Amino acid sequence: MRLTEGSPGARILAFGGYQPARVVTNDELAAAVDTEDAWIRSRVGVASRRIAAPDETVADMAVAAGGKALAGSGLSPADIDLVIVATCTPEVMIPNVAATVARRLGIAAPGAYDLNAACAGFCYALASASDAVRAGSARHVLVIGAEKLSQWIDWTDRSTCIIFADGAGAAVVGPVTEPDAAPGIGPVVWGSAGELADKIFIKDRDSFIVQEGQAVFRWATTALHPVARQACERAGVDPAELAVFVPHQANLRIIEAIARRLGAPQAKVADDIVTAGNTSSASIPLAVSRMLERGEISSGTPALLIGFGAGICYAAQVITLP
Amino acid sequence: MALTEQEILTGLGEIVDEVAGVPADQVTPEKTFVDDLDIDSLSMVEIAVAAQDKFGVEIPDDHLKDLKTVQDVIDYVQRSAVTA
Repeated sequence: MRLTEGSPGARILAFGGYQPARVVTNDELAAAVDTEDAWIRSRVGVASRRIAAPDETVADMAVAAGGKALAGSGLSPADIDLVIVATCTPEVMIPNVAATVARRLGIAAPGAYDLNAACAGFCYALASASDAVRAGSARHVLVIGAEKLSQWIDWTDRSTCIIFADGAGAAVVGPVTEPDAAPGIGPVVWGSAGELADKIFIKDRDSFIVQEGQAVFRWATTALHPVARQACERAGVDPAELAVFVPHQANLRIIEAIARRLGAPQAKVADDIVTAGNTSSASIPLAVSRMLERGEISSGTPALLIGFGAGICYAAQVITLP
Repeated sequence: MALTEQEILTGLGEIVDEVAGVPADQVTPEKTFVDDLDIDSLSMVEIAVAAQDKFGVEIPDDHLKDLKTVQDVIDYVQRSAVTA
C-alpha cells in the first residue's frame, strides 16, 4: 500500500455569501412578542436579520453561496473534487445537502458530505478541507456553511426568535503550489464540552431550539479566548499581528468580550450579526465574504476564525484572506 | 487572606470599568448595578467571572440576581472568603 502525495499547505481562493431576500426588523418581532428594538440591539446586537422563503431550502442557499465562491475562485466546477456542507438544519437527513449542491453546481462526482458541529461547523469543515488537500485526498474543496434556523425557531419565544436567522457562506480551498510559500490555512484548535450539551439543544424533530443564554454567555466569554490564542500560537501568528477577527456571530456582547481578551487591538472585529443575525455555521463565511465585498478587509492579511456552538463544540484557525 | 472592604471596592471598580466602561470612581457601595450604573445581566455575568479571577470567590449565575448593589457584591466576596 502507498499514500498519495498532497501539498505542503492549503489556502482559501475565494469566499462567497448569500442572504435570503426577506428582511425581518426588530420592530416586526416586537409586534409579535414582548420585546423591543433597543433591548435586542443592546443584549444581542441584531438590528435586522434575513429569513428564508418558506420554500427556500438549505441546499438553495448553499448553492447560491457556493456558486459565488466558485466564481470568485476562477476555477471551473470540474476542478472541485470534494464538497463539504456544514449544517445542523437540513430539511432531511438523507440525501445529504452536499451531494445535491454538487449536482446543482455542475460539479461532477466529487466527494460529498455534510458536517454537523452546529455553529462551529464552518471552522471544522475548513480544517477538514485543509487536511484533505494537504494529504492529497482532494485538490480543490468547496466548503459551505448553510442554515435555515428559522424552521427550528419557536416564533413566540422571545429569547430565541430575536437571535437566529438564515443564510449561507462558502469558501473554495486549494493547494499552496509555489515552493516555500506559506500556508493560507493554519492548524486548527478544536474541542468540545459535552457536559454542556443541555445548554443549546433541539429536543426532537417536532421541537424548537432552546438555549440557556446566560450559561452559554458565561462559557463563551471565559473558555474561548484561550482557544483563540492557542490557534494563533499554533499558526505562529501573534494575536497583535491579526488584521481581522471573525468569531461566530452568536451575540455581539460575546464577540466584544472575547475580542477584549484576545490581545489583538489592530484587528477589525466582525460584527456582521447586526444585519445578519446568528446564522450558525454560515455566520463566519458570510461575515468574511461581506467584509471582503465592502472592502473593509484586505487580501493577503491574517484573520482569526473561531466557531462555537451547540455540543458544545468549538474550533479556531488562522487564515490568510484571499 | 482577608480582603478589606476598600480593597474589594477598588478591585470591583477596576472590573466594572473594564467590563462596562463605567469609570471606577462612580462605583460606590450604595449604587445599584441596573438603575444607577446601567449594567445589565450579561455584564453582571462578566463582572462575576472577573471577580472570581480577582478575588478567588465563585459567584454562580443563580446568585447574581441577588446582587443588586455594589455593597451586595462586597458583602458576598467577604462572606465567601471567610468560609473558604
